Amino acid sequence: MESKFKINAAGTWHETADLAWRMNEYDEYAVEQAVQLKEQVAGADLTVLCIGPERVKETMKKALAMGCDRGFHVADDAAQTKDPLQIAAIIAEYAKGQNFTMIFTGMQSQDRGSAQVGVLVAEMLALPSITTLVGFSYTDGTITAKRELEGGVKGLLTVKAPALCTCQLGLNTPRYPTLPNIMKAKKKELLSVPIQDLLKENARQETARMFFPEKKGGGLVLEGDVADLADRLIRILKEKTTVLA
Amino acid sequence: MKTILVAEYRNGKTLAGHGELSAFAALVGAESAMFLVGNKNDLPAYEGTIYLADVDHFGEFNPDVHKQLLLEVIAGEQPDLVVFSHSSYGWDLAPRIALALQAAQVSEVVAVQGDSLVIPFCNGKLRRAVRSLSGTTVVTLQAGAFTALETPAASPTVVEITTDVSGKITFNGYEAAEQGGVDLSKSQIIVSAGRGIGKPEAMAMIADLAGALGGDFGASRPVVDAGWAEHNRQVGTTGQTVAPKLYVACGISGAIQHLAGMKKAEFVVAVNTDKDAPIGELADVLVVADLKQFVPILTEKLRAL
Repeated sequence: MESKFKINAAGTWHETADLAWRMNEYDEYAVEQAVQLKEQVAGADLTVLCIGPERVKETMKKALAMGCDRGFHVADDAAQTKDPLQIAAIIAEYAKGQNFTMIFTGMQSQDRGSAQVGVLVAEMLALPSITTLVGFSYTDGTITAKRELEGGVKGLLTVKAPALCTCQLGLNTPRYPTLPNIMKAKKKELLSVPIQDLLKENARQETARMFFPEKKGGGLVLEGDVADLADRLIRILKEKTTVLA
Repeated sequence: MKTILVAEYRNGKTLAGHGELSAFAALVGAESAMFLVGNKNDLPAYEGTIYLADVDHFGEFNPDVHKQLLLEVIAGEQPDLVVFSHSSYGWDLAPRIALALQAAQVSEVVAVQGDSLVIPFCNGKLRRAVRSLSGTTVVTLQAGAFTALETPAASPTVVEITTDVSGKITFNGYEAAEQGGVDLSKSQIIVSAGRGIGKPEAMAMIADLAGALGGDFGASRPVVDAGWAEHNRQVGTTGQTVAPKLYVACGISGAIQHLAGMKKAEFVVAVNTDKDAPIGELADVLVVADLKQFVPILTEKLRAL
């Protein structure tokens, strides 16, 4: 999504028209890590799940082109009204009884940024979860991971699969799908089910209002010809700072 | 109203963030008690009850066990709010508590408006006021959003707590931050590059401008993640915290994690094509321009001074 937001008529969300949609950046690292693991472990099978309206299938096709084997789409035209606990409950409802060895999620979404869903899914499935990973390796069912802490420090963890990992930016280098893989992805299974089939939880929270943050003001906005802008900025730096003295 | 504040302990020290939790509790007019897996010889400056679990026994990072310890405190105190920092410790533990309580969790709270909690949306471009519909609510607070109160000579009452639960995750210690040749925390002038520079080759242009100003160059996280700059150049929560006389942010939209690292700069110039970028909130001067055109001209004119 890009920056040209408009608040909707109800004042509780943004309009969805005229926005560019793409895969959540954190999820790109999750997909990449899962695909790398699938390449490492013989016979692995990898499902990508996404909740949202029809347009999220484009994101799922990208994940399939990156190397996922099949897609499971939970169709919901009002995904923005679901809170993190409901979203996690949908995923857990799908995953329960399927014995996934590993579940990867982004550590948060770029829009809502709750950083809750992955951990909630794991707690619902009674799996251990490790979060904010910037390092991951898997050997004989044991995960060795680095989680990012403040100030560039990392925490070193080990845990046994089955487990859930939430992925931080920089964990790996997400691949660009190649044209042959994009073509192959078109033939992969992409099952779609309505959200009613999986959602059994009520929301624990609701959005009362969405709005633009107040501009603190005071800042000077300079626009115009670049050479003129450079002169004006140098004048300001001479007046207001000591760095050019 | 009653709150439990979750303090943090890392690398042998109680972390300072608990002061912001107390400030939040005071703001909402709530009574509070504090929870800490820590050391009785390094208690937070806090006036009230601290439920303390011994870190030597329960470990600095052990989510399953810390969850159980905190749940027992919650069962006794019956708080309306359980308050964490939105930190690597807080966002890891909070959802575990929220699910056990079947409670709403509102993440990265920056303000309180009536019965709603205000949180950022889309990297701070928008705000969302959220209402909890559950009896108990779990919140995490954005670092720096609530200013810690002065607590001169506090004498907390310590209640020691324990549990028999063991965890599935093994914590094997810390890896120190990479040490590089550049210590930006001492730089007087910093020119930083964000994703808006477009390509790795553009780093040279940023370094040139820093050189013309007699300063150092830095970078935002996406630039470092992309491998266009070394990690020791990263400014922000997970990189360096800087306080220069002049900070020039080139093509940096202003994620909160970046702003947290440079908001102590005395004078901030932002160069961005997007007038609405969150960096504008902190900038003394926002130059709306394509930096590929603007930066070389500025560099040339500075060199000619």
